[in-house]
Amino acid sequence: MTSKEAAAKPAEPTRRDILYIATGVAAAGAVAGMAWPLIAQMNPDASTLALASTEVDLSAVPEGQIVTVKWRGKPVFIRHRTPAEIKAAEDVQLSELPDPEADAKRVQKPQWLVVIGVCTHLGCIPTGKEGEFNGWFCPCHGSVYDLSGRIRSGPAPTNLEVPPYAFIAENKIKIG
Amino acid sequence: MEGHSQYTPKSGFARWLERRLPILSFVHDSFVAYPTPKNLNYMWVFGAILSFMLVAQIVTGVVLAMHYTPETTLAFDSVEKIMRDVNWGTVLRYAHANGASMFFLAVYIHIFRGMYYGSYKDPREVLWILGVIIFLLMMATGFLGYVLPWGQMSFWAATVITNLFSAIPVVGTSITTWLLGGYSVDNPTLNRFYALHYLVPFIIVAIVILHVWALHVTGQNNPSGVEVKNIKRDTVPFTPYATFKDAVGIAAFLVVYAWLAFFVPNYLGHPDNYIEANPLVTPPHIVPEWYFLPFYAILRAIPNKLLGVIALFSSILITAALPWLDTSKVKSAVYRPLFRKEFWVFLAVCIGLGYLGAQPAEGAFLWFARVFSAYYFLHFLVILPIIGKIEKPEPVPESIEASIGRGETSHV
Repeated sequence: MTSKEAAAKPAEPTRRDILYIATGVAAAGAVAGMAWPLIAQMNPDASTLALASTEVDLSAVPEGQIVTVKWRGKPVFIRHRTPAEIKAAEDVQLSELPDPEADAKRVQKPQWLVVIGVCTHLGCIPTGKEGEFNGWFCPCHGSVYDLSGRIRSGPAPTNLEVPPYAFIAENKIKIG
Repeated sequence: MEGHSQYTPKSGFARWLERRLPILSFVHDSFVAYPTPKNLNYMWVFGAILSFMLVAQIVTGVVLAMHYTPETTLAFDSVEKIMRDVNWGTVLRYAHANGASMFFLAVYIHIFRGMYYGSYKDPREVLWILGVIIFLLMMATGFLGYVLPWGQMSFWAATVITNLFSAIPVVGTSITTWLLGGYSVDNPTLNRFYALHYLVPFIIVAIVILHVWALHVTGQNNPSGVEVKNIKRDTVPFTPYATFKDAVGIAAFLVVYAWLAFFVPNYLGHPDNYIEANPLVTPPHIVPEWYFLPFYAILRAIPNKLLGVIALFSSILITAALPWLDTSKVKSAVYRPLFRKEFWVFLAVCIGLGYLGAQPAEGAFLWFARVFSAYYFLHFLVILPIIGKIEKPEPVPESIEASIGRGETSHV
């Protein structure tokens, strides 16, 4: 800017400057307000949110078996662990784990392991009773989970997620 | 650039239109009189082939959309209905599905052509970057379209690709949920993917127009990499020379396309995609379509989720920086002895990554994928900048005219 131009410019903002800025701010606000519904419509709708809980009767699951139930469109693995499996899961040193978490913190009753059956890498469904630890193995990119659903090797960053659930009776849980 | 001939409206209507909308002279200047370097070889027909494929995909796609239903309980059956009941439905669907493969085949040749002859260099950087944007949009469209038949591969491709975004710290899971419209791939996902699969090709058309505009501002590169100096001596008019050469190229390309679509229509597909999507069972061996395999290999080569995703996106985006990473002033590999060798090594690495992307990520495959992925990035970030500095280029011809007859570039 030349000194001539600088001199021509008033030092104080004029009423017109304030009007320009106020108009710009109002227009930006209006654009943001209109953009919001256009973006937010892509989030889960009311019917998807309404399917947010599932009840499961556990009495039909014999010891040693894994059942898969659907919750929020995702599989949830419910594993009736044998005493040997519980011991194997509990005996692991936390220092061996990429995502250290004690087995006791991942279960409410030791014989029932409830985890979301979605690999924490890129969302594939791991297959049960496979892999080095006889827990789960993800066929997509080779993540290996143990008997507590904890990641042991492979690209997945975290353990299989434990969904929020509660025992509503001796042998019945409500997921979600 | 100035054309070979000036457009003069001949009929009364042409004169009337020309004064109101000079579209006739625009077309004449762009596609008739437009000067093209007279030493272009057959690698230069892929721009026309790609334009043809874009139109072919849009035409077959719009027609298929008249019979397809984007709803999870109906989608798979509606595709089978296209195959069995719709008049000529089999041909249309196979033409569209294999058309995607042919489109990518052509774009890869087009991209590597640009790399070999240095077509991205000053003054064609914007032209190149627009090309990278088109390639990204093509990848998005190919992925979105692959989900629509709602087979097992469709479903798990959608799951894996949308979960790439969950690698983003803090907001990743929210972004994935937002993209899916739920907590897993489901009806809202299919519905929006269909809407976007229909939309994005038209955005590609818009960017292609910019790409061609930028091309017509700078003029085409050519096998010698020397800029046009004398229009009369160095160039020939687009029509008939380039028009008919492009037509020959398209015809040859169509032979391969027709062979794929009519004789081995499922050769490039995956049998699992003829099993309807099942959200509770992941197929034991999931692979993307062949044209994504090199990038998939890079993703799997890195044993960390976030870094793997970053490497995947970087491997595509890094090509946009190519004009600044290649430090050599000489454009064409014809006069660059070191780069010429490196180019073929790099091409072999890319094809190798494609092979590895189709193999299970374990053992020796995984280690080769790691070495090749590292080489892919080294090529751009280290090898190219250094070659440009240390290489002693061979003498570059005075002009395009002078390059002809030296036996280094082919004739028209």
